[in-house]
Amino acid sequence: MTDALAAKAADPRSVLTGSIADHSEGMSYLETLPRRLVTVYLPLSIIMLVLLFPFYWMLLTSIKPDDQLLEMDKVSPFWTTAPTLKHFYNLLFETNYPLWLWNTMFVAMSATIVSIIASVLAAYAIVRLRYRGAAWVGGAIFLAYLIPPSILFIPLSTVVFQYGLFDTPFALILTYPTILIPFSTWLLMGYFKTIPFELEECALIDGANRWQILTRIVLPLAVPGLISAFIFCFTLCWNEFIYALTFLSTTSHKTVPVAIVNEFVDGDIYRWGSLMAGAVAGSLPLVILYAFFVEHYVAAMTGAVKE
Amino acid sequence: MKQIALEQPPVKQIRDATAWARLKVNRDWLGFWFMLPAAAILILFLAYPLGLGVWLSFTDARIGRSGTFVGLENYEWLWGDNVFWLSVFNTLLYTTVASTIKFAVGLYLALLLNENLPFKAILRAVVLIPFIVPTVLSAIAFWWIYDAQFSIVSWSLKHLGLIHENINFLGDVWNARWSVIFANIWRGIPFVAITLLAGLQTVSPSLYEAATIDGASAWQRFRYITYPLLTPIIAVVMTFSVLFTFTDFQLIWVLTRGGPVNATHLMATLSYQRAILSGYLGEGSAIATAMIPFLLAAILISWFGLQRRKWQQSENND
Repeated sequence: MTDALAAKAADPRSVLTGSIADHSEGMSYLETLPRRLVTVYLPLSIIMLVLLFPFYWMLLTSIKPDDQLLEMDKVSPFWTTAPTLKHFYNLLFETNYPLWLWNTMFVAMSATIVSIIASVLAAYAIVRLRYRGAAWVGGAIFLAYLIPPSILFIPLSTVVFQYGLFDTPFALILTYPTILIPFSTWLLMGYFKTIPFELEECALIDGANRWQILTRIVLPLAVPGLISAFIFCFTLCWNEFIYALTFLSTTSHKTVPVAIVNEFVDGDIYRWGSLMAGAVAGSLPLVILYAFFVEHYVAAMTGAVKE
Repeated sequence: MKQIALEQPPVKQIRDATAWARLKVNRDWLGFWFMLPAAAILILFLAYPLGLGVWLSFTDARIGRSGTFVGLENYEWLWGDNVFWLSVFNTLLYTTVASTIKFAVGLYLALLLNENLPFKAILRAVVLIPFIVPTVLSAIAFWWIYDAQFSIVSWSLKHLGLIHENINFLGDVWNARWSVIFANIWRGIPFVAITLLAGLQTVSPSLYEAATIDGASAWQRFRYITYPLLTPIIAVVMTFSVLFTFTDFQLIWVLTRGGPVNATHLMATLSYQRAILSGYLGEGSAIATAMIPFLLAAILISWFGLQRRKWQQSENND
């Protein structure tokens, strides 16, 4: 069963298209349409509705004019008659939002690149160099994956302060990899294991050294794994909150999640429009990225729990 | 070796070259250099702070002042602190209820998505969106949905004639608890559903066909085929789910900041409040350290889950 699972995970597309192991069509033809309506389509639609409603609501609120936002009796609150981009305009031209977006992008990109480089080297060493204690280190990395930021942020804040990184992007660029490296190392170890040993042996006989093997043979073959790791790490960085909240204090240094929570929340009763516009603008880059790389994303997620 | 090398000068050069070449292909030596970047970051920013956190919990450190060792004083203080025990209760309630429902609904959704459906790929891609969107941003959407005056849920229920007053979602003790739990479930279901779906797809339909011919009911097919085959992946998925629910911070911080009257304070939010906002690093660390035993329990369960999986494997597919 595990081997079949591994084969599945190696082919991320299968999770989405759902091609089944022996290509049999299953027993669904035995069920009548009315029965399927009640047992499958109805519950599925309800769950999907609940899952998607907050986004619809977020999007709708962000384009509603202020007067329709709180006046729920004249116009039905479920749509709007006069969509406006005012909230987005305010967001982009009257706040620091573009700067926060740039901060988030910069931190996420740098932390991801640092993590991927470190993880590629570590994963290759653990899987293929198999130095003494490699299995032990692999286990330790899995354990590191299970250590949540919530128990680390207090001591880390003193460490960050000691190293003089407090309130700089480097505080985040250097601490995010502690979340990302265990994850992506674990993921890449799985990918590297699927690359045949023989290829490396051939290269060794031809006189390649380990570095050449890694850059010319293993990495090109592991591109799907690298993309998966990259996208997942990037999303995790974008999502990270507690470190950014603790280690940054200057408004202009903040990342989107922290800035929205701290800077937009004032007593203004009409704040909802700009809050939701901020939430939409902060989610869009990730959703677009996701739309292009769904398969890789799913592969990363299922790859992370496999083994 | 050196002796021989001195006696036979021509060989010496080759020997020297071999020693260096040997070092260059030595697994341990290479492994050390390959591991260096990852190890440096993980030791400096993960292992060291982890130890430091435990140490801080035994000191009276404050922000801007390194503390002195005070033994178990922080823990003794927490032992008699009602707010701390309330946060432990909240955390356990939050974790138990949210994880159970996430598992049940996630598994159900996975089973539904495993059916033959039109637009299957799109459906599955859409399910994951709550997981992609940063938690803080979707939590803000929930904050608006839970608004005391303009909540769309209250509005709809009022217009359906089910209630007459607005529901005070985040202002009432138990309402607030259920509201944050619901938001957490909403956020967690896609992860559980999609990972379990990956497991479900490895189950061959022939097994179900065979069981049906033998007269198994739908429940029996689930109980005796699906469930046993999914156990290993369930163990891992649920470990992650429990772990991340237990240490949740973002949702609570955005929705309630621990209020009303500390009713939704989790251990993570309480430690943030005590350590960073009030400046009592020692006490905050003690709360964070008190989470470790729970996490260890979760990790052990995961480990046994993985062991069981290894045991199921017929061969070592290293």
